Amino acid sequence: MATAHSKSAARMMIAPAVFVLLVWMLIPLCMTLYFSFADYRPMRGIFEAWIGFKNYESFLTSSSFMKSLLTTLWMVGGILTITITGGVAMALLLDKPMFGQGIVRILVIAPFFVMPTVSALVWKNMFFNVDNGLFSYAYEFFGAQPFDFLSQAPLLSIVIIVAWQWLPFATLILLTAVQSLDSEKLEAAEIDGAPAFARFRFIILPHLSRAITVVILIQTIFLLSIFAEIFVTTNGAFGTRTLTYLVYQRVLESQNIGLGSAGGIIAVILANIVAIFLMRIVGKNLDN
Amino acid sequence: MARAITTQKKVMWTALAWAFGLMMFFPIMWTFLTSFKTEATAISDPPVWFFFDWTLENYADVQARSNYPKALMNSIIIAVGSTLLGILIAVPAAWSMAFVPSNRTKDILLWMLSTKMLPAVGVLYPLVLLAKWLGVMDSRVLLVVVLMLINLPIIVWMLYTYFREIPGEILEASRMDGASLKDEILYVLTPMALPGIASTILLNIILAWNEAFWTILLTTVDAAPLTKFIASFSAPEGLFYAKLSAASMLAVAPILIMGWFSQKQLVRGLTFGAVK
Amino acid sequence: MGNISLNQVTKSFGDVQVIPPLDLDINEGEFVVFVGPSGCGKSTLLRLIAGLEDTTSGHISIDGNDATQLPPAKRGLAMVFQSYALYPHMSVRKNIAFPLRMAGLDEAAQTAKIDAAAKALNLTDYLDRKPGQLSGGQRQRVAIGRAIVREPSAFLFDEPLSNLDAALRVGMRLEIMELHEKLKTTMIYVTHDQVEAMTMADKIVVLQAGVIEQVGSPLELYHAPRNKFVAGFIGSPKMNQIEGPEAAKHDATTIGIRPEHLTVSKTEGMWKGRVGVAEHLGSDTFIHVHDTGLMDMMTVRITGDIEARHGDTIYLTPVADQMHRFDEKGLRIA
Repeated sequence: MATAHSKSAARMMIAPAVFVLLVWMLIPLCMTLYFSFADYRPMRGIFEAWIGFKNYESFLTSSSFMKSLLTTLWMVGGILTITITGGVAMALLLDKPMFGQGIVRILVIAPFFVMPTVSALVWKNMFFNVDNGLFSYAYEFFGAQPFDFLSQAPLLSIVIIVAWQWLPFATLILLTAVQSLDSEKLEAAEIDGAPAFARFRFIILPHLSRAITVVILIQTIFLLSIFAEIFVTTNGAFGTRTLTYLVYQRVLESQNIGLGSAGGIIAVILANIVAIFLMRIVGKNLDN
Repeated sequence: MARAITTQKKVMWTALAWAFGLMMFFPIMWTFLTSFKTEATAISDPPVWFFFDWTLENYADVQARSNYPKALMNSIIIAVGSTLLGILIAVPAAWSMAFVPSNRTKDILLWMLSTKMLPAVGVLYPLVLLAKWLGVMDSRVLLVVVLMLINLPIIVWMLYTYFREIPGEILEASRMDGASLKDEILYVLTPMALPGIASTILLNIILAWNEAFWTILLTTVDAAPLTKFIASFSAPEGLFYAKLSAASMLAVAPILIMGWFSQKQLVRGLTFGAVK
Repeated sequence: MGNISLNQVTKSFGDVQVIPPLDLDINEGEFVVFVGPSGCGKSTLLRLIAGLEDTTSGHISIDGNDATQLPPAKRGLAMVFQSYALYPHMSVRKNIAFPLRMAGLDEAAQTAKIDAAAKALNLTDYLDRKPGQLSGGQRQRVAIGRAIVREPSAFLFDEPLSNLDAALRVGMRLEIMELHEKLKTTMIYVTHDQVEAMTMADKIVVLQAGVIEQVGSPLELYHAPRNKFVAGFIGSPKMNQIEGPEAAKHDATTIGIRPEHLTVSKTEGMWKGRVGVAEHLGSDTFIHVHDTGLMDMMTVRITGDIEARHGDTIYLTPVADQMHRFDEKGLRIA
């Protein structure tokens, strides 16, 4: 229904949301932009309003930046690999006929609802800890030396923690997609003599490709901003400093606002690139 | 499907699925069990599973800590507050997009979703600065507003999808019956959309409760919710696994329960409809 | 009360004009039916009158007042939707009460009106049920009840019987007509079914592509259709329309003769043909005749039954004063 009355009402009704988000986007972002072109180190009382692109230069050329990019890549890549392959496997498994499927789903979904600080601390102390963690007991039980996860493989540790949290998400999404697969296609293939793996490769996987893409994109957006888990376990040390964490440290720990802001802008640009791909898929779906 | 599913196969899948399910759930189960142990039992070698002297001393200890009740209160206020504030702003917006769509509706919706993609570090310092300048640093109000802003796109999106399922004719009928816009939304739309609104509230409370960036960096003592309270266990002070477990269970249990009811909403809310 | 006028009303959606400038007068107490094929604009026209859509240009006046800019709530009209549009979360009583609540009536007055409407529509036993617990016909009545209590200057019906099964449809048709007899309020009724139009209307408005082809009483449209479209739309089975030399014989580009205005004979008549399919209903028989040389297939309606087998020769003769003549523009020749 579209009358002049309802159209103007609609404009008024949507205004608060648009206004509020606009302010949220513009003001802080513009401030960050502004600071990125300044030399501002409050702890040392330095403030120079305009130094051009020097912050960007030094941020981009610093060794910490390249390392943080790699760290981010490894972390996000590792988590994605585990969650996607695990998610596909779990989704296929949960789709099979079984007893107590509802309960199994609940068990699998649960980790997603645990707050990041809790899961990080529980894993850090009760599983990874080299003296008292469960994994150490397991190692000793099998006669091996306990492996100090957090100091010997900190990145892997964090990957495990976050993958544990996000595997349920991927599973749920992929399960929804698997359940939308028309069983007739699979049956036809079976009748045609296709073995299980071929059925998986040529029918199931292509059908899931769209869902997998969505999971990858959405998870990437969220994974780029992993914070609490790092904060609470390694505080960015031992090669676990992602781009996000690097910017955080520059801004709040070393208080080099100018440098940190430049880093923040760079992070925004990188995130936008991922977002554009996601928006295209979502946009296509909105047309339906 | 005419072919019978053999019980044997079913048992096999059941075993496999339960194995993985239990593996995934194990850390939570372990935390639950440990929360009832004494500290000594918690780190015993070999680890004990079920047969030990269950005690409630850890729960008592955690709850007696001066900042636990406050942290709990803060979590509740921040999660519920930001959600309700978000609903207030989102319901009219979703109404407008669902029932009076224009050529720009799709673009506006996409733009709103894109604001969620903004990396928090990109606006970290300005927010800290603004908070200090406005005198709201470490206040619940600040967190309610910030968390509302980061979750608003999801709330709008979810309400939009639920509203679209309501037949527009019923709202037209209410207009013919003399209802003003306020009447239409209050007496017709909201009751009909109540399940959808409830689901949205549920999912959002979960997301806000678990938020662990702003709640950690924008608070110190007064407004620190459970996310930060737990983080205070990260510097070890002697034996503390059992207490950590109790604190964790207290922080996590309500959300686990809410979460079990909101699986479908999770898919709807966080994939923005890209997966049906 | 209940006079509605449309003056040079147009409606466009974007660049597409679905209703070119249109004038129409509806008088107090009339039962007016908007009828036409799908997409002809009849529902759009109804919604323009209701105020659910804005006119692109032109004026609508209700009881002498310009209502063009008024929102639906202020036009004093009531509408029954095709899907009934009942409030699913409210009981029947609350559904019917809703407009009264919006008008600010006190509880006692509300109850009085609701009970009266319920009695008139046989809904008294269902007042506490929810729409989901009612049958299609009952929901239909609740929708009507909700409209009645508003005491509008006109009722608007948007294809109200389309969702009912055939048997129910006939019954409801009569009920709506009885309602009109009793209330004497103006009713504007949209349908694509020309039988509904013919049986219910005081005045029929035939629409095609947003244009009013003809306005008139059912019998006027039957006996004197203004053009070929109306001639073919009103009356079932459709009027036989013949072009070519046979039409020229009668000084027209097209002649039309309704199936019920042809007499048949096995031996002699004006036109000769071969029997195709014959539909025997007992009360009537429809015979489809081929190879007349006049048109692809002519339809004849006969009361009672006739022995006519597939392939038989048959002669048709039109009843003299029932032949319609149309010129090259498709308009009626008097």
